Formats: sequence, C-alpha cells, structure tokens
Amino acid sequence: MKQATQTAVFCGDPARTDLPAASRKYLGVLTAMLLTCVPLLTAASEAPPAPAISPPAAAAPPDDGQWTMPAKNYASTRYSELAEINEGNVKNLQVAFTFSTGVNKGQEAAPLVVGNTMYIVTPFPNIVYALDLSKPGAPMKWKYEPNPEPAAQGVACCDVVNRGAAFADGRIFFNTLDGHTIALDANSGRPIWNAHIGNINIGETITMAPLVVKGKVLVGNSGGEMGVRGWVKALDAGDGHIVWTAYNTGPDKDVLIGPDFKPHYEMDKGKDLGVTTWPPEAWKIGGGNMWGWISYDPDLNLIFHGTGNPGPWNPDLRPGDNKWTSGIFARDPDTGAAKWFYQWSPHDLHDYDGINEQVLLDMNWHGKPRKVLVRPERNGYLYVLDRATGEVLSAKPYGPVNSSKGVDLKTGRLVENPDKLTGTGKVVRDICPTASGLKDWQPSAFSPKTGLLYIPHNNLCMDEEGVEVNYIAGTPYVGMNVRMIPGPGGNRGAFTAWDIAAEKPAWSLKENFPVWSGAVVTAGDVVFYGTMEGWFKAVSAKTGDLLWQFKTSSGIIGQPITYRGPDGHQYVAILSGVGGWAGAIVSGDLDPRDATAALGFVNAMKDLKNATTAGGTLYVFRLP
Amino acid sequence: MRPVVALLLFASLALAACQREERDTRPQSALGSGEQPTPVTTLEPGGQRPAPTDNKAASFEANAFHLSEGKRLFGWFNCSGCHANGGGGMGPALMDEKWIYGSSMESIHATIRDGRPNGMPSFRDKIPDDQIWELAAFVRSLSGNAPSSAAPSRNDDMMAHPSENRMPDAATLGKSP
Ligand code: HEC
Repeated sequence: MKQATQTAVFCGDPARTDLPAASRKYLGVLTAMLLTCVPLLTAASEAPPAPAISPPAAAAPPDDGQWTMPAKNYASTRYSELAEINEGNVKNLQVAFTFSTGVNKGQEAAPLVVGNTMYIVTPFPNIVYALDLSKPGAPMKWKYEPNPEPAAQGVACCDVVNRGAAFADGRIFFNTLDGHTIALDANSGRPIWNAHIGNINIGETITMAPLVVKGKVLVGNSGGEMGVRGWVKALDAGDGHIVWTAYNTGPDKDVLIGPDFKPHYEMDKGKDLGVTTWPPEAWKIGGGNMWGWISYDPDLNLIFHGTGNPGPWNPDLRPGDNKWTSGIFARDPDTGAAKWFYQWSPHDLHDYDGINEQVLLDMNWHGKPRKVLVRPERNGYLYVLDRATGEVLSAKPYGPVNSSKGVDLKTGRLVENPDKLTGTGKVVRDICPTASGLKDWQPSAFSPKTGLLYIPHNNLCMDEEGVEVNYIAGTPYVGMNVRMIPGPGGNRGAFTAWDIAAEKPAWSLKENFPVWSGAVVTAGDVVFYGTMEGWFKAVSAKTGDLLWQFKTSSGIIGQPITYRGPDGHQYVAILSGVGGWAGAIVSGDLDPRDATAALGFVNAMKDLKNATTAGGTLYVFRLP
Repeated sequence: MRPVVALLLFASLALAACQREERDTRPQSALGSGEQPTPVTTLEPGGQRPAPTDNKAASFEANAFHLSEGKRLFGWFNCSGCHANGGGGMGPALMDEKWIYGSSMESIHATIRDGRPNGMPSFRDKIPDDQIWELAAFVRSLSGNAPSSAAPSRNDDMMAHPSENRMPDAATLGKSP
C-alpha cells in the first residue's frame, strides 16, 4: 500500500504540469511519465510493500527539474524525480555539449541549473561561468573572475578545489579560496556584495559550497591542517553582513552553546568543554573546521553540520576529547544556537574529519516513526541518528575498519582499537580506514524508490608515525608522517549501495582508484558517478549493473547532476578534471617516490599519473 | 718506552693529516642578510649575465653538518608540512628535476627568504640567514644534487624514500648523460 502511495507521488508530481506547454514537449513528458509509472505500478502489485523511507517534504519539495544547490535539496538526497533517462535507455546517452573551464585543477563542484542557465564555479581562481542552455551549444552568458590572492594556493591543504555555488533569490553565492563569500546577480553576473571572512595568513581558506537558509548564507572555513580554529558563519543574503559566528572550539559563548543545548550523551555535557578538553590554549589552534556539507530541516528549524579533525594530527600533543572537533552540531539557523552535538571521533587519532553529508530522512526505525539523519562517516561507520535529539540509532561499518571496534550505543562513544593508537615516535601499521576516511567529502545519494544510499568511497589503509611539530601561523600543523596503501582486496575505491533499513549493503562495486566523485540517483533507477580514470558511469539503482559509461578527458572527482533542459528533456552533467587530495599527485605534479607526499595519499596513487592527466571540462549528456 | 712514544708520534701525525671539516660552531645568526638579488628566469634580452654567486653557497652545500642541520630545520620550520619529505603536497615537489624558480643554491635561498607568489611563504625575519643556506643545501640534496661525499644524517623516521645521498640526480634519473 505504501508503495502505491509512493507511486502516486511520482506520477502526480505537480512540477511536471507547469512545463513549457508546447504540445510536442508535453507528449514527451507524458511518455516519460508512463515509462516511470507503469513499471512502478506492476512492481507495487507484485512486491511486498517495502518500508517507506523518504525525505521530509519540507526539505525535499517536488522536483521542478532545476538544480539550485549542490545537494539538490535541504535534505541532501541528490535524488531527481526526472525519469526520461532510465535503466532501459541510458545506454543511448550522447554528449550534448562540453565546455572547458580553463582551469586544470581538481573539479569538485556541482554545476547548478536555474531556469535556462547553468552556473559553474571553477577551482582556484574560482571563475564563475553562466551558460545559456536555451541556445545551441550552450554559449557563455557571462563570466565573473574574483581574482583571489594567488598566495592562497599555498595554504590549501589538498588541492585548490571548490565544491560549488548555491542559488537563491536571483543570486549566485560562492566562496573563494582566499576567504571571500561573494553574491552575484544571477542574470548579469554583476557582483552585489563581497564579504572577506577568511585570513590566509593564518592558513584559513574556503573550499565548501555555501548553503542558503532563510535569507542567510552559511559558510565554514578550511584549515584543519594549519591549526586554524574552525567556525561556521551566517551571512545576510541581502548585504553580506555577518549575522552570527559559531566557533567549533573554545568557550561555550563562542560555540553558541546556551540554555537550549541538550546533547544526548553524557560525554558531551558540561561547561566550556571546548576549552577543558584541551591542553591550555590548544583550542585556539585546534581545528574543527567546517568545509563540508550542511543540511536543513525546516520543520525542526535546525541546520546540521559536521566539524573537522582536531589539529595537529599527532594526538599526543592534545590530550583530551578535543571538543567540538570530529562531531556534528544541530543549530538554530536564525541565531546559530547549538541544540545538540554528537562526537563521531572523540580525541581523533587519524584525521577523521566529521564533515561529510547528512541525508535527512523520515522512516520507521524498529517500528517507531523517526526523523533520522544518515551519515556515512569518515571513520568508517554508517550512522543513523535521531535528528531531533542526536541519539545514535545505528552505526555499522560500510567497509573495512580496524581503527576502532564499533560504537557503544549506550555511551555513544567510538570504541578505539588499542593496537592502532598513534603517537609521537612510533610507527603504527595497517590502520584502516586512512586519514582520508572510508569516505571523504564525496557526497552520496539516496533514492526513496529503492531505500538505498549510494555511497562513493575509498578502500585504503595506512601507516602513521607521530612526529613533533611547531605551530607557525600560516604553515601546516600536522605532526604526522603518513603512508597510504590499498585496502583489503586491492581495489582502492568502491561504490556501495547501502540498505538503510536493513543496516547492510545491498551491493557494492569495486573501483581501481578511490571513488572521489559524488553520486546522483534518479527516478529512472539510474545512478551516476565518475572514476579517477575519467569514466562517467551509469549503473542500475537496483542491482549496480553497469548500464553505460563514457570516458571523459580527465579523472572525475566532481558531483553529477541531472536537470530538465529548456526543451523539456532530461540532461545529465558532470565536471571532469582530476585533483583533490586523492588526485593531487596529478593536479599538483607530486613525486611518487616520496611515500609521504600529499599527506601520504601519493603512496596509494603512484600509478594515477599513468592513468589520467589534469583537465577541466564540463560534459553534458542527453538521449538522442 | 720508545715504541710507545713512536706510536703516539705516528698517531698524532696521522690525525693531523686528516682534513677536518671546518664547522662554525656558532653560525651567523643575523636575520635578513644575503640580499643578493637572484633572477628567476634565464631569459635575458640580448645575452647572458653571469649568474650571481654567493660565496656561502659552495661552503654550505658540500658540508654534511650543514646538510644534516638543513634536514632538521626542514621539519622544524614546517617545510615538510607543505613539501612532505620532498614529494610535495600543498607546495610543489622538491625532489624532482623541475624547478620553477631555479635550482641554484642562490635561487633556493631567495625562495625561502623572500617567498614566491603562488603560496610559498616568506621566511625572512623568521629564519636566520645561515640556517636558510642550510635549508637550501638540504633542498638540493633531495633531488640528488648534493655531492655524494656529503650527506644529511640518516632518516630516523618512517621510511619515506631512500636516503638523500642514494637518490639519483633527478635531472638524469641516474642515467649518465
Ligand atoms: C604554506 C606552505 C609552504 C611552506 C610552509 C613552505 N613552502 Fe615552499 N613552496 C610552497 C609553494 C606553494 C611553492 C610554489 C610557489 C610558487 O609556485 O610560486 C613553494 C616553493 C618552494 C620552492 C621553489 C620550488 C621551485 O620549483 O622553484 C622551494 C625551494 C621551497 N618552496 C622550499 C621551502 C622550504 C625550505 C620551506 C621551509 C622553510 C618551505 N618551502 C615552506 C609552499 C610552502
């Protein structure tokens, strides 16, 4: 029965009716609708009703065919209701047009599509292009060059990436590597305001995509490898002034912890833990940066964001739980006030930043309806949290993990493996996952049709040796020699479909290199992701069977999106261009003879230079 | 008694014959010296000027003590945070044959002292001049450019790459030209 109601949702999508009304186009849409609905209906009559898991409607409104923020919606599902491209016809996909970004660094951004325009933001020097989708070949409408400080390149830990822009109220908001947030008029590309909020001379950069919530642009800083104190700021979307700043270390008043703060676990309760869980003053240079993803639940009026690793990596230099690093905050978007916090990795030993995406879903958990938050975390566990309280409902490894032995659901605490404790002067071998995590920033996608979370991730292990390190502002503050190696099985990457209700994988695909691209899944039951060799792949959302692939000019580490073009047809877009931490060996031309290059990642990627070269090209596909 | 005296005499003669490496026990600590301008290009309209030389360059480069000190300082001043153990990361690889701003001791010294535009910080007034020369000498040894008779101390840390004096000259990758 539930399946049938869901079917109705897919067919009766109101957004589809407000299409450009030319009758031919309408016909195409009708066919597309029939194609989606018919198989679903048969499936509904045969299969037993699957447990319904779906994003809260307020955070995932009906699909209008646009793509206005990298995560698609506030629930961060990266799910598109478009179904013209489906399991049956995806093999016919063809290139519609391409566009060179002119920048040969890691392209991690998601293109945006608003109306008839596509927007892309490049890695440093962070050029924004607007492409006119209504004209053949999508010619450039305008470009904006913010000319960031070249020196910022030296303090960006892991390539000079940018994870995308966000659209709201006729404006494009994006961040530059040298610490500016900029609002552009989406029509003209004219800058409206420019807020300088990061300081490269203390090692602060910005690489994340902003999120616009209730007239505020939410931005966090990068710099966890430079001893930068992490923060999230809310800038007024109108004029760019700072509405609130929440630090992720330090006294409660800086962290915006007040009377509303009700963490679920004992370990997160107490006064000024952001000071007392550190050696004196260490919180000032303790990291906890916010360079990843934010989700927003309009019903609960809460935003959810992770916090990065504590600095330095060498844990001997910072005894204590190092609050509020490697955890997750729920905050009131209006004031920034913290509502709850949960720490994935207290006193982090392995650079397990806690900044990955949080997918907001409503589901029955062991018989009770729960508002949950699903997080494939860097430390290797797939967490299901109650997003109203921060209680951990489930934490199961979604790949090889030996750095810890599980999560104690009573105390909420990660159970460390005593054999894998790092520290000064000792080499600890074969720690899985690596500093880059079982999964890093690369965002997963969720389909309410399958109930599966599609996780692009890594399969790597590492040796670590803690070393002494001096804090010199604006230079790295790491104190760890790292050397990464392929994980069990030898495949360095995997693409796993995780059955959230059953708490286990449905299927998993092996990839030679880490899957450093994001994923997108559609109502056509097709999942798209890219590989670091440059293959752009479509696989079946149900089985993982490879349905189509296309070799792009460079390795893919970007975020695929899909949209309805001005002609009413479905398109799929991806930026190709290798780089990021995993691909820095190519984009930064690093030397594979040094096992510790790029914080140890190069050792696992020695052959990437033979598999791909640097690039920066947008590819857009459609059916013939 | 006699044989003992002869032996002592011989031993002292033999020791005197050993060439002792000259070492400043207290290196010059002045900051900001060595202002010799160093061009970052070999392109000069009309012809070549002689490359500027600094007499400190050779003496620091051929000296194992200075190389070892350079290696210690490379970690101490967080060079290794950006350049790893020579393979690079936030900064470029220093162990390969590619140089943006020149491979001479003088060029590297200028790089460290003055910084470079795309993200190499200026360490002027942070590192004493002689220690900059020591760092420059060590940087050159990473690509097999130090004389094989002088080498920095061995690696006590996790094996990142073969020791510096066993690295082939990066420009020829160990092959004779
Ligand atoms: C904050 C990061 C950072 C730190 C710390 C750093 N470097 Fe650099 N370094 C860079 C970057 C980035 C470049 C490339 C600059 C450019 O291209 O303009 C560079 C360039 C260089 C070069 C020139 C390479 C060439 O090909 O010409 C040398 C030599 C060098 N660094 C040595 C050092 C030494 C020695 C230290 C420690 C005293 C150090 N660096 C500290 C980031 C750093």
